[in-house]
Amino acid sequence: MEVIFILIAVSLILAVTFLFLFFRAMKDGQFDDSYTPSVRILFENQPKKSKKDQPKKTKSYE
Amino acid sequence: MKLLISTEIQPKCYHCGESCEQEVIICDDRNFCCQGCKLVYEVLSQNDLCEYYQLESNPGKSQRGSSDLANRFDYLDDAEITQKLLDFRNEQESHITFYIPLIHCASCIWLLENLFQINKSIFSSRVDFIKKKVQVKFLHDKISLKEVVNLLSTLGYEPKINLSDLDHKSKNSIDRKTLTKFGVAGFCFGNMMLFSMPEYFSEAKLLGDGFKQVFDYLNVVLSLPIVFYSASDYYVSAWNAVRQRKINMDVPIVIGIIAFFLYSLWEIFAQGNAGYMDSLGGLLFFLLLGKIYQQKTFATLEFDRDYKSYFPIAVTRMIQDQEEVIPLFKLQVGDVVVVRDEELIPADSLLLSDQANIDYSFVTGEEVPIPKRKGELIYAGGRQKGDSVLLAIQKSPSQSYLTDLWNNDSFEKSKKRLLEPLANRISGVFTWTVLIIAVASFVFWIRKDLSLAVKAFTTVLIVACPCALSMSTPFTLGNTLRIFGKGKFYLKNAAVVERLALIDTVVFDKTGTLTDPANATITYFGESLSSETNSIIKAMVARSTHPLSNRINLFLGKIEQVNLESVQEIKGAGVSAIFKKQEFRLGSRIFVSASAIQCASEGGNHVFLSAEGVVLGYFHIQSGLRKGAAKVVNELSANFDLHVLSGDHAHERESLTKNLSSSLQFNFEQSPTDKLNYLKALNGREKNTLMVGDGLNDAGALQESQVGIAITDRVSHFSPASDAILDAESFDKIPSFLSFARQSRLIIMASFGLSFLYNIVGISLAVQGLLSPVLCAILMPLSSISVVIFTTLATNFMGIRKGLIHQNKP
Repeated sequence: MEVIFILIAVSLILAVTFLFLFFRAMKDGQFDDSYTPSVRILFENQPKKSKKDQPKKTKSYE
Repeated sequence: MKLLISTEIQPKCYHCGESCEQEVIICDDRNFCCQGCKLVYEVLSQNDLCEYYQLESNPGKSQRGSSDLANRFDYLDDAEITQKLLDFRNEQESHITFYIPLIHCASCIWLLENLFQINKSIFSSRVDFIKKKVQVKFLHDKISLKEVVNLLSTLGYEPKINLSDLDHKSKNSIDRKTLTKFGVAGFCFGNMMLFSMPEYFSEAKLLGDGFKQVFDYLNVVLSLPIVFYSASDYYVSAWNAVRQRKINMDVPIVIGIIAFFLYSLWEIFAQGNAGYMDSLGGLLFFLLLGKIYQQKTFATLEFDRDYKSYFPIAVTRMIQDQEEVIPLFKLQVGDVVVVRDEELIPADSLLLSDQANIDYSFVTGEEVPIPKRKGELIYAGGRQKGDSVLLAIQKSPSQSYLTDLWNNDSFEKSKKRLLEPLANRISGVFTWTVLIIAVASFVFWIRKDLSLAVKAFTTVLIVACPCALSMSTPFTLGNTLRIFGKGKFYLKNAAVVERLALIDTVVFDKTGTLTDPANATITYFGESLSSETNSIIKAMVARSTHPLSNRINLFLGKIEQVNLESVQEIKGAGVSAIFKKQEFRLGSRIFVSASAIQCASEGGNHVFLSAEGVVLGYFHIQSGLRKGAAKVVNELSANFDLHVLSGDHAHERESLTKNLSSSLQFNFEQSPTDKLNYLKALNGREKNTLMVGDGLNDAGALQESQVGIAITDRVSHFSPASDAILDAESFDKIPSFLSFARQSRLIIMASFGLSFLYNIVGISLAVQGLLSPVLCAILMPLSSISVVIFTTLATNFMGIRKGLIHQNKP
């Protein structure tokens, strides 16, 4: 049954890790604005689109 | 189908989606309604940012009528101002948060967060959509603050920078602290529950004795952050109350926490028993949950605005024919300032130019501008409409007729004769009763068994700890707040509900509150108008932005417009137009040269009409009662004392008494300070007053009343400091709001009854020394949760019955 001591230690370490992550998120301001990120995640990442195909793409939306 | 056809006739602007009425500018096969919109499009397309137009269709805002003065941000070059505006600054970078009221869709977020694609020196920008704020970080060696602001306004997102931005900074750190405390309590409580499991099933003897001890010690360790960190607010609050010789709800809570903690320590270390640490954790977890629920209010709305959030940061001063932009606080008596179209009068001053046209709608609620002549005194807070004017400053900005209101004592004290919350009044009696029972049971048992006596004493304190009691208030009020919000009635905080429940006197402002400018009664006097003339007038007023034009436009209804040859609007005077080589004029008496005309009616506004210099007649426009005003007044007159305060002359008294209930007490010609003093006098007579107002001139009265409600057509726009903001749409629901507030007070009382019941059961077990940790662990959350469920269901039920829920469905 001594294995339980290890299990307790492991569970506590896990829990403390999550608490630490919670602190960090709080400090980063993750809980200050709970709406904008839900919109932001839907934006497509388009790093460095070449200038040529950009106008073409907008045309197709006409 | 008809709607579709009519939109197709006039092309829609690709940028803002408005129909291009005046001109159509074509660029890249797309239609634009004005140069401004086209300019924004060009900037975006040059920078590959056209995705802006794909996220939402026509996301922009019309650039028509936006100010294009190049030097209006010159004050941002002033190091002193910049310093105060910036959030952070080091050798390379500066951070600043702008408030941009225009943020309204996903495209806005996307564009504002891609500013770096336009200018590399802006290396980061983050939008907070709800608060309509964007934090911009830039390298100040490469781009100045002024250039950043200019860039934003070129894109159509002009930040609003007000005087109040210079004063206060960062206020949301309090909320973070409560959330962190709640997180810690949740963490400890959850783990304590796990470690207490063997104890709950102690009959089963799952583990050996050695483990039990370890678990108990772990519980002690886990309880430390709860007792010494999460609960800290309660100690402070209780201590403050005791120091003032009062007992608030937090006092019995703190007694309970201390009893819990010390008794459990004694149990665990001296007796080798399990203690009640898990229940202690649960108690604080639920308490903090209630606190957060109550605190979560309407973050987007600002309730504490004074004239500073309305006044500009800088003014243009004339020094020897040279314009110079200076910060407002450097403005001195005797300075000559230039006030342009749509700019605000910064301080009481004399008019040096020939004439001005001042719009006092923010101050009085009356939206028709008032003409002023040379040499007249102009009060601060008005907005110039028309050409720029020169003014000589007579008083400093903070000492003016209107702003002087804020120097009154009422604004110093946080909130005068504050009504004690219901919970606090009960908690005094409650605490003493519990202490007496605890002592009595101690005395009873001490003759038989000392340890049982100690146990009975402490368990009474523990079980009587008013967890359920103190949760009933926040959850009831919090839910009431939310239901009010659904009815477009936004309260500053939950405490306002309790004050609202006790109101017995209601005071209304007249202009803009009881009356609604949009609901005007219009009568035409003079030669009868042919349908062609009507169409000409329609076409003329459609080109004008003046409030009176809008009303005549509405009055004429949906009739055809003629194609005018030319139209010209002279701000503050009127509109002139040429149709079939004839000149038509519509506007003020002087503009139309109608000085000979005698008007049959007094009061209200007159708009004259002439053709080729011959006066045809005039429109008489009188602002009418707000929709539902008569109903509201009639319903309220049964239960409340009603008063009306008005800054106007008494000539409307007759028509008002005729249309409204006769039980109203009218007071005319009230200055902003008079209004404040009127409320003060009512309060002096032990009345619980509710003030309903809309303009800055009501600010004093709103502040002085027990509950001040500001009425506004657009909730996110400016409204004076108040306890609550009411969307003008919901004006007719005021009686329901008031009675709902009363009912939620009844719900609080009922839930008090419920939690007393739990306490009686708990205490009767405790005095007999029967309370065990398991029982405690069950009783504690059960009572809290059942109270929460009861209050939530009850308030929702009442809300549905009052018709406040399911209201704003499209």
